[in-house]
Parts: sequence; structure tokens; C-alpha cells
Amino acid sequence: MGNLDPLGLTRRGFMRVGGTLLAVAALPQKIWAAALRPETVFQTTTLEATFEALGGVPQVSDGIIFSTPDIAENGAVVPVRIEIDPSVLPDVSKLYVIVEKNPNPLAAVFQVPPNTQPYAETRVKVAQTGNLYAVAEANGELYMVQRETKVTLGGCGG
Amino acid sequence: MASRMRIRAQLKEDYCEVKALMRHPMETGMRKDQSGAAIPANFIEDVQVLHNDAVVVQAYWGAAVSANPFLGVRFKGGAQGDVVKVVWRDNRGDSGSGETTIR
Repeated sequence: MGNLDPLGLTRRGFMRVGGTLLAVAALPQKIWAAALRPETVFQTTTLEATFEALGGVPQVSDGIIFSTPDIAENGAVVPVRIEIDPSVLPDVSKLYVIVEKNPNPLAAVFQVPPNTQPYAETRVKVAQTGNLYAVAEANGELYMVQRETKVTLGGCGG
Repeated sequence: MASRMRIRAQLKEDYCEVKALMRHPMETGMRKDQSGAAIPANFIEDVQVLHNDAVVVQAYWGAAVSANPFLGVRFKGGAQGDVVKVVWRDNRGDSGSGETTIR
């Protein structure tokens, strides 16, 4: 009598997804430059799913300095900057920019080798007023800082 | 696709600051044109910053990065006159690059 799984996932399908995730997680970290675009994370459509795909909700850290405007007049061009205080958060190898209310929250990933400062500046589209997250990965652990940006003109029209 | 890029690399105290401005529409694929037809997604997926041919930053972008994207990064070990290059590739396979020397 049919599949009553509320998520619409069969056990087999779930195991397959889990297996793929494990295989990806087992990749050696050294080949960072050759690593692939995290396609599955980019395709997530909710903040919860994005964090889950990254490996869990990051812990809040004041070693991340995240600069975003409090009010963005134009959501199509919102400048963001992530800086890391290495005395609080050493060995950061990846930075993520996440926009909570966007259709796909993950906006950008920056991977840096040890001789590059974990620092990134760019401009992103913000669909509507909501939180922006800067996530840093150091030694496999995730850290974050969140900031709210108010948008007076949406980012999806432009 | 025009691939003109403005790029600057400048030596600061103990790092080299790279700033680049790419020309790209960064279409999300969710917009519609006047007739209501969907405008296909067209955005930069992959950006690399190279210092003397070594990758110093590898970035992956989604469609949420603004049109005509701006990138600012910092790396160590640069010297005046070194070549810094920014290379991008979009979801349609188009690519572009810009090159400068460290000032």
C-alpha cells in the first residue's frame, strides 16, 4: 500500500543521497584547488537546507567581521565584505556568503590556500529584507555571523 | 560575450590587494522579458585569481552575485611587477580573463 513517507523519500533514495554525501565528505582536503563547485549546496532553497548541506548550523564566532549595509536602497547591488580575525579564528580555508531570503540562499563561496588571507569582497543580490550570513570553515568546523539588511527595492527585478 | 575586465593589484603592508570588475549580465534565470518569456540563466560559476600562475583564490558563484560582478581579495607573497590574473567561466561555458602587474 504505497509509500507513506511524508517527505516523499523512499528509504533507498535516502540511502543513495546519504552515500553520495559521505563520498564527497571523504575527499581529501588537500586537493582544494581541484575541488568541484558545491552544486548541491547552491541548489538548496531554504536557509535550513543550505546549512544542512554545508554540514550543520555553524556556531556563532566573533572572529568573523562581516560588513554589509544596514539599509540597501537597491537590492540588486548589495556590497558585502568578509574579514577574519586570525587570532580568534585561525586556519580559515573557505568563506560562504548566504542570503536568507533569496530563492537559493548560497550566493558565493571563496576557497583560499594558507598563504591567502581569508578575505572576500563582492556585491550580491538580496531579494528582500532579511538576514545575510557570513560562514567561515576552519579545520572542518563551521562558524558564522549574521547581519540584517533592509532592502527598499528588491533584487530580483534587476 | 565581451570579456573586458578592469583589474588592479596593489601591494599593501603585508599583502597584495586585488580588485576586479567583470562585465557579465549575471542572469538568474528567474526573470522574464516584456513578452513574458523567461530569460535564460547566464551567470559566472567559477572564478580563479592567479598570482604568477598559482591559484591564490578559487571562488564559486551562484546567480545571486550582482551583474557586472566585483571581486576583492587579498593574498600574501606578492612583489611589485608580478603578474596577477583573474579568470572566470560561466554556466554556458563562456569565459573571460583580465591580467595586470602588481603596483
